[in-house]
Amino acid sequence: MTNSIGEIEDNDVLFIIGSNATEAHPIIGNKMKKAVQKGSKLIVIDPRKTELATMAKYHLRLKSGTDAALVNGLMHIIIEENWQDEDYINERCTGYESLKENVAKYTPEVVEEITGIGKDQLYKAAKLYANTKKAGIFYTLGITEHTTGTDNVMNLANLGMLTGHIGFENAGINPLRGQNNVQGACDMGALPNYFPGYKACDNKDNIEIFEKHWGVKLSDHLGLRIPEMLDGIVDGDVKAMYVMGEDPVLTDPDANHVRKAMSSLDLLIVQNIFLTETAKLAHVVLPATIYAEKDGTFTNTERRVQRVRKAVEPPKGVMLDWVMVAEIAKRLGYKGFDYTSAEDIFEEIRKTMSTYAGITYERIEKDGLQWGCPTLDSPGSKYLHSGEFTRGKGLMLPIEYLPPAELVDDEYPVLMNTGRILYHYNVSTRISETLDAISPVERVEIHPEDAKKYDLNKDSIVRVTSRRGSVTANIKITKRVQPGTIYMTFHFHESPVNELTNSAYDPVTKTAEYKVTAVKIAKEA
Amino acid sequence: MVSITLNGQKMEVSADKSILEISRENGIDVPTLCYNEKLKAFSGCRMCVVEIAGRKNLAASCSTKPLEGMVIQTHSDKVMKSRRDILDLLISNHPKDLFTQVKVGNNKFQEYAKEYEVLEGSYEGEKKNYEIDSANAAYYRDPNKCILCGQCVSVCDQIQISHTIDFLGKGFNTKVGTAFDLPISTDNCRLCGQCVSVCPTGSLIHKQLANIEPEKIKKVRTTCPFCGTGCNFDLNVVDDKVVGVTPIEDATVNGASLCVKGRYHSDMISSKQRLTTPLIKKDGVFVEATYDEAFDYIATKITEIKDKYGADSITGLSSARCTNEDNFIFQKLFRAGFGTNNVDHCART
Repeated sequence: MTNSIGEIEDNDVLFIIGSNATEAHPIIGNKMKKAVQKGSKLIVIDPRKTELATMAKYHLRLKSGTDAALVNGLMHIIIEENWQDEDYINERCTGYESLKENVAKYTPEVVEEITGIGKDQLYKAAKLYANTKKAGIFYTLGITEHTTGTDNVMNLANLGMLTGHIGFENAGINPLRGQNNVQGACDMGALPNYFPGYKACDNKDNIEIFEKHWGVKLSDHLGLRIPEMLDGIVDGDVKAMYVMGEDPVLTDPDANHVRKAMSSLDLLIVQNIFLTETAKLAHVVLPATIYAEKDGTFTNTERRVQRVRKAVEPPKGVMLDWVMVAEIAKRLGYKGFDYTSAEDIFEEIRKTMSTYAGITYERIEKDGLQWGCPTLDSPGSKYLHSGEFTRGKGLMLPIEYLPPAELVDDEYPVLMNTGRILYHYNVSTRISETLDAISPVERVEIHPEDAKKYDLNKDSIVRVTSRRGSVTANIKITKRVQPGTIYMTFHFHESPVNELTNSAYDPVTKTAEYKVTAVKIAKEA
Repeated sequence: MVSITLNGQKMEVSADKSILEISRENGIDVPTLCYNEKLKAFSGCRMCVVEIAGRKNLAASCSTKPLEGMVIQTHSDKVMKSRRDILDLLISNHPKDLFTQVKVGNNKFQEYAKEYEVLEGSYEGEKKNYEIDSANAAYYRDPNKCILCGQCVSVCDQIQISHTIDFLGKGFNTKVGTAFDLPISTDNCRLCGQCVSVCPTGSLIHKQLANIEPEKIKKVRTTCPFCGTGCNFDLNVVDDKVVGVTPIEDATVNGASLCVKGRYHSDMISSKQRLTTPLIKKDGVFVEATYDEAFDYIATKITEIKDKYGADSITGLSSARCTNEDNFIFQKLFRAGFGTNNVDHCART
């Protein structure tokens, strides 16, 4: 997030695209609802009628995967009506001419054809967003989990820059990060292309810096991303995998492919708190500790580094995660793994990353601090890109609309979208007896018209089949989804939706298109 | 600013604050059952009444602002009698187990009854007799213990903005309930439990904490392990076991708010399904091993593979669920140890 969660309530406009915050980020969702109570207006762009959509001034119920065309359409209108912020563009951005040329093609007629959103709604939304100063963009995986995810994000940045809406309080671009520490894991360099602190790991200077930090020679080429690792296993180039705290068999797309790949490794190490689907395939399983048993830090979606504290002892004999990693390193004779505590590791993090340099356990005892926080007296950064973008001039890049990788056809006529529901979090909360009792089974959201068409009632079981797999589940008949579309979650191992999803991915981030899968449905019982 | 005399003390105070706020700022413990500083004043319980010189009736301090020259008594005989009368009326219409049930959450009603020495109700008459709603897995709702303070209704409206519950009926038959008075379920409620947190009487009870004596609980502040919002809360620990979650009033990100997952997930921490010993697969079957055996196995295999196929044949998945420290050391193992950049995590799911 370039802004902070605390700013949300005072936004005049919240432009929410591909984000079902009241379920996936409930407390942020509450703040958005509070904002509405206080008089701010919502523009919600979502194929589903989410709770926020019902409170929106404008709900643009676009066809799944057509976000780029819609945003281009908004920018087309903004430029046509001269609502862009010329001063901001001249002073802080570059690439405006080529952006302008590109969006010229996206007339309301063209956009309506692609997205299903009419000119009137598009015009009203563009007018409201462009002409409100305190207008922030909020997006989640509805934007990124497409083969065009990177393009979608860049296009939202284009929209923000065009209207001068980035770099201020209450106006910015705010991805709501899905997992407790996805921000931190990225910050720490758990990425194949970056050292800690987003330092490209194929850059000579960066390599030198980290070689100095760690006192060893480092690889000078980029590593593999998850889908490339899986392809690498199939091709025979990848022989070993060490999985800490993930269950890719349940969470990665095209599960049957993942399972097959993981089964053919020479060495699969899985470190987890439960015997997950992935762990079942492992050669070695290391029992791990849960957050309540460890000290450490998480970094939330607004870049706030906060403490995690040990409340209870781990199960008898179970080692802390960092201790296991350090032990393996030591057995292999590697130097630099003699840490004495989590805080000891954090001290090294501070030394290797300027954005974290000013953060200490002592300083975040109570409230946490938002990076960038370069010095011990820095108060942290409430919002980013004030005055100037981190990279200097904000780069506007023309983005073309590309359709999703898989489209519905005669054989697979239904479009399936996937995501979370309020009562669960990914694949682990089913372990909680309370949460499992609250929400025990998958319920595929299906429109009443389709329910009628496929002869389904509220107690029916439906079979959902894609080109890659087939699962069954209970249903929920609801107008939240549009006719011809269904919505499933990935919380329930009994209905493993990722056996259906497509592993086609974004060329830059290798993010899979979880949001668009062509399926067929039939009554099972 | 106006000058007032509060319990004999002359002071200059802001004319915009309520007498309750001013009293509490000056360390005077004025009791309240319906007041919550995060919510609009409801002025329903009358426990906060004070005596203002020259006025015939006692004033609810939560909704009365000071005027120039006011002389206010927060604990005069008249005030104390009035508070005891209110407690007497409430207790007379309350189940008998007020003092035998374990104090749940912030049961201020029980505390005040003891403090004001009103241990029994003196009024005979009809008592409420509602069914307890325990249909959902998260909390009980016992309308018989409800004193209609309205905090649950307000928190649902003003903080959670769900409007799940409201006052139903009139007069003696007033109660708090859902539309059509249906039991609480996922059909009508987000089960966030905010109402449970603010209930001052034990009418709303967190099932996981229902039978835990508050004195035994050790609270440990931490950060929620689910979505990226980063809510803080207290893990409630008894005998080295996490028994539940309660909110922290002043958490930076979430205030006292929590969602259903944050509030009720903690039974998974001590799940019987937890792995407790390393496993090594032999002939397709997992065999229990020591950490020593597991690490040796890993070290030997990694060395073999690295020698034969090179460092880039080794890959690692770190995790967006793990701490910064765990992620940092994991990527360091791959980069500085194995010598490859093949480390990723599910940042994009």
